[in-house]
Amino acid sequence: MDSFLDGLQLLARFDVIAALLIGSIGGVLVGAMPGVGAAVAIAIALPVTFSLEPIVGLTLLLGIYGSSMYGGAIPAILVNTPGTPVNALTTYDGYPMTKRGEARRALSLAYSASFVGAVLSIFALMLLAPVLAKVAPMFGAREIFLAALLGIVLVVVTHRGQVLPAAILACLGIFLSTIGIEPSAYTQRYTFGQSWLQTGVDLIVVVLGLFAISQALILLMDKDKRVALPHVEKVGFFTQMRDLWIYKRIAAVASSFGVVCGMIPGVGEFMSQFMSYSYAQKTSKTPEAFGKGNPEGIVASEAANNSVPPAAMIPLLALGIPGEELTAMMLAVFYVHNVVPGPRLFAQQLDFIYALYISLFILNVIVVVFLFYSTRTLMKVMLIPNRLLGIMILTFSLIGIYTLRNSLSDVAIATAFGFFGFILKRLELPTSPIILGIVLGKLMEDRLRVAMARVREPLDFIDRPIAFVLFLMILVAIAGQIWTVVKARRKARADG
Amino acid sequence: MHQQDDDHPHVFPESRKPGEILFVTISMMIALLLLAALPWQTTWLPGKGLAAQPRLWPALSLGGVVLFGLLNGLSRVRVTRTPGRWQEAGVWLRSLEFIGWYMLYVLAIPVIGYLIATLAFCTGLALRMGYRGRMVWIAAGFGLFVVLFFKSGMNVKIPAGAIYDHAPGSLRYILMRYF
Repeated sequence: MDSFLDGLQLLARFDVIAALLIGSIGGVLVGAMPGVGAAVAIAIALPVTFSLEPIVGLTLLLGIYGSSMYGGAIPAILVNTPGTPVNALTTYDGYPMTKRGEARRALSLAYSASFVGAVLSIFALMLLAPVLAKVAPMFGAREIFLAALLGIVLVVVTHRGQVLPAAILACLGIFLSTIGIEPSAYTQRYTFGQSWLQTGVDLIVVVLGLFAISQALILLMDKDKRVALPHVEKVGFFTQMRDLWIYKRIAAVASSFGVVCGMIPGVGEFMSQFMSYSYAQKTSKTPEAFGKGNPEGIVASEAANNSVPPAAMIPLLALGIPGEELTAMMLAVFYVHNVVPGPRLFAQQLDFIYALYISLFILNVIVVVFLFYSTRTLMKVMLIPNRLLGIMILTFSLIGIYTLRNSLSDVAIATAFGFFGFILKRLELPTSPIILGIVLGKLMEDRLRVAMARVREPLDFIDRPIAFVLFLMILVAIAGQIWTVVKARRKARADG
Repeated sequence: MHQQDDDHPHVFPESRKPGEILFVTISMMIALLLLAALPWQTTWLPGKGLAAQPRLWPALSLGGVVLFGLLNGLSRVRVTRTPGRWQEAGVWLRSLEFIGWYMLYVLAIPVIGYLIATLAFCTGLALRMGYRGRMVWIAAGFGLFVVLFFKSGMNVKIPAGAIYDHAPGSLRYILMRYF
């Protein structure tokens, strides 16, 4: 309880509240602009927060991270275009409801389901925090190595239909993390005698290139789309919240899927949504209405995706292991602001952990109230032409890159990654394995080196319970993937 | 689960896109070149264990790129080729124009200053996109807002323009500090 009150005290400052307000409303705005999203916004805003105090900068970026999916539901429901990739499933039932003239109801369900998902996730994790404080110190070098490896394996195998490209890109990310002077024997790796490569490839520069510049190129190369905004009627706050009560079972189950999937590195929103949506459809009295405007589909999708961010903070904060691209960026945010995630953070700074979860709760309250009263105004951001957004993102991204180190070579690297990311996006290939490869590659190399110093026989590596369980999980994930491929081949052969 | 159709965005893309093989081929060639450079771009430390070798992770990762690249190539052999490979390559090359604009913008800042460079970049690119009238003014207004908010307000580290050296004393300071 003391830690909780201390956490509350950490947040009781005008500048922190202001940062939370700006971050959460800003997050909704960028989420509502198709083609922008939280990754672009965090990439751009991150270097700008360098000059702010750690807690202020962190709450600002946490606000964007935790609120963008709310905003992403608006274009998904109203114009059949997801604001962020994880809102794609919301279009299946949201847009048909809009076509039926039920836009307001669809939006209200999306907001309230998102809110319930996030709040349940936050409460579950607040209850878990003291347990984690006890378990986290049991993670030594080998457990962290295995957990990071599990993260890489899961991020690869969860890219259904793209497992091999995801594996290639994860390996590319790991390779990028090795460039420069390595910290153990101080030898140079792949610097080609260039001094600007000695410090390695900065994660933030890669993120800005892969997310911001590439997205700007996508928008600039596209045509402006004419958006016709549907009519959204005014309804009272409590009337909107009450509608969710009918679907409370789906909201609760979807949130639970989100919490579990969020806590496992590499799994995240897509898997939780897939599971929730399948569950909702299987248990529905009207499964045939799914994809044609069934409110249960919206509830399943939105509760599942919005319960992931708080849960994804668990492996990030307890072990320093990000589960997907946004948490990888949040890891960079923590490092930049001198907060080192890992077992010690949970054991020694539980008040800080509580402060983060309290701020996540506050931002969800701010966002849901803001959305219920301002959707009709907020809809207008969808009218901003694509290519103008592209110009805006390019202009913003320069600030992000330049403020990092005032380095022209950073701009050149970011631009190169922007071009690379543009090609990946055109080919519908994922970018997140690269980011996770960079972050987890460095961690795995370091932890393996430390762990192997104490290992004599190969089996010593997994002679501790947690290490053994993690090792088994890796084997199961790989075996499951091989089984899926074999099964698909057999089916293809049987089909002729 | 509901079947995807043209109206619905892809949650899990599964089809092969035009240009994919071209991209994979170029990536594999680069990975093989980097792998070939392994002996002189990394060091092997005698007497140290495998986990402590600086060469281990570059070798593993580049080996992984090549191995999974080959497997990916093999798995795609049976997939029907989607036409439009060179048109797609043309789209990639055309995007370099905007990278050119961007680099020009970056290089112009230390010469003409952040304010003028940003206004010129936003309005120039808006005109290039075919916008006229109100949209060009919106782009210019956005550029001005960015400069005032980030450089004047938040004092982010962006180099001052050489052109400001020609301004008289106090104005020179204001230009360098705020614009």
